[in-house]
Amino acid sequence: MTAAPDVLVVGASAAGLATAEALRRKGHTGGLTLLGDEPHPPYDRPPLSKQVLAGTWQPERARLRTPELLDGLGATFVLGDPAVSLDPVARTVRTASGTVLRADVVVLATGVRPRVLPDQAGLAGVHVLRTLDDAAALRAALLTGGRLVVVGDGVLGAEVAATACGLGLDVTLAGPQRAPLEARLGSLVSGVLADLHRERGVRLRLGAAVAGLAGRDGRVTGVRLDTGEVLPADVVVVALGAIPNTGWLAGSGLRLDDGVVCDARCRAADGIYAAGDVARWHHEGLGGLLRLENRTNATEQAVAVADDILGAGRPYAPVPYFWTDQFDARVQVHGVLAPGASVSVVDGDVAVRRFVALYERDGEAVGVLGWNMPRQARALRQRLLGQLRDFAGSHVEPGKVEEAGFRRAPRSRTDFSEGQR
Amino acid sequence: MKVTVDEDKCCGAGSCVLAAPDVFDQRDEDGVVVLLDAEPAEHLHAAVREAAGVCPASAIALGEGA
Repeated sequence: MTAAPDVLVVGASAAGLATAEALRRKGHTGGLTLLGDEPHPPYDRPPLSKQVLAGTWQPERARLRTPELLDGLGATFVLGDPAVSLDPVARTVRTASGTVLRADVVVLATGVRPRVLPDQAGLAGVHVLRTLDDAAALRAALLTGGRLVVVGDGVLGAEVAATACGLGLDVTLAGPQRAPLEARLGSLVSGVLADLHRERGVRLRLGAAVAGLAGRDGRVTGVRLDTGEVLPADVVVVALGAIPNTGWLAGSGLRLDDGVVCDARCRAADGIYAAGDVARWHHEGLGGLLRLENRTNATEQAVAVADDILGAGRPYAPVPYFWTDQFDARVQVHGVLAPGASVSVVDGDVAVRRFVALYERDGEAVGVLGWNMPRQARALRQRLLGQLRDFAGSHVEPGKVEEAGFRRAPRSRTDFSEGQR
Repeated sequence: MKVTVDEDKCCGAGSCVLAAPDVFDQRDEDGVVVLLDAEPAEHLHAAVREAAGVCPASAIALGEGA
C-alpha cells in the first residue's frame, strides 16, 4: 500500500464520522470519502429518544459537528445515496444513484435498522425510532396526544415511554419481560426501574408477548398480546431491537452473520473494516464474537479501525459500556452484566435511588452499574478493569462466554478467512 | 490548545477521564465533566484529542491550533 491510501467510509453516522475524524487526527493525509444513506449531515442518536423527542432540543442540536468542523475534515461527503453493493477485491462501492466509488481501504459503518412487526406496514400511527426523521414524525404524533403503546421493554422502548409520559401522554409499555430491561440489568435493578415508571404514571403491561397490531381504516387502534388482550392505542411505537444493515453486502463474499464478521482488528477482509453497530468482531478478551449497539462503541471502534488503517493497530478489546436516561434516572453499565450474576450494592442506597451495583460471576467482578452515581461507577470500573480482563481471559471456557451472552468464537482462525478472495 | 466543554451535552460516561485524567474529572453528584485544565501542556495534547474524539456526546471542543 502506498503511504497515503484513499479511505472510503460507508455510513456517515457516529461510527463513520468518528473513523474519519480519528484518521485525520492521527495524521491521515490521503483521500477520505463518507457515503451516507440519509440526506442529513452526521447526527447523534441517543438524544432522539430523549431531548429531541421531548422537544427540549431542536433537532439541529443533535448534529455531531458544526458545518465548519465538517469542512475542516477535508473529506468528501456523499449523502442521501445508499450503498447497494461492494466489491471487496476491487474495493469499489456502488450506490443507489449508480455512482461507483473506489478506495484503497473501505470501512463499513452502515449501522442497524429497526425490527418491525409483520403487520405494521401500511398502518398509520405506527412508528419506529432510529433516524432524525423518525423522531420528528413520532414527536408530531405524540403532540396530538392520546394513548401511546410502546411495544418493546428494552432500552429504547423504556426511554420512549419515559419521554412520552413527560409529554403528558397516556403511556403503556408492553413486553415479555417481568420488568423493563430485565434481561440486561437483572431483577434487582429492573425492579427499581419498573417502580420508577409506575410512579411516574407509565402503565406497565409486561410478561406477555406482542402478537400483532389491530387497526381500522388503515389506522392503528391497538396492540394485540398473545394472551388475547388488546391494548387500545392511538399511537404505537415498535421498539423490538434492530437488524444490522448488511443486505447490501450480500454476494460480496464477506462473512455476514448477525453483522459483518471481523477479526480482532475489525477487519472483514483485506483492506475492508467494519465499525459500530454493524460490526461483529472477535473480542480477544472475551474470546468470542461480539456486536455492540451502543454509542460508545461506535466511537471507540472507529478509533481502533483508524489506528489499524494507519499501521498502529492492536486488537480491539474494550470494556463494553452503555447508558440510559429515563425520567430522573441515569443508569450506566460498564462491563458485562452476565445473566445469573450475583448483584450487590457496593455504594449509595437503592432506597434513595442513588447507588452502584457490582455484578459478579463465580466470585469475579464482571460488571458495574451506576444509578445516578456516574463518577463512582466509573471509578469502580477502573479499579475492576484488571479483573474484567481476567474474567475475559483465556481461562474462560467458550461455554461460559456463551452463557454470559456472547456468541461462541469461530472454531479456528481459518474460519475468519472464509469469504475472502 | 484551548479546551471547552458543553456541560449540557455531557452524558457522564467518563470516557474523557479514562483518556486524559490530568485534564478531565467528573462532578460527584451527577457525573458531568469537570475541566481541570483548559489550556493543557503540550505533552497532554494527544490524550486530550483522544478524549474529545471518544466523547459519546461530543461535548468537548478544542480550539486554537488544536
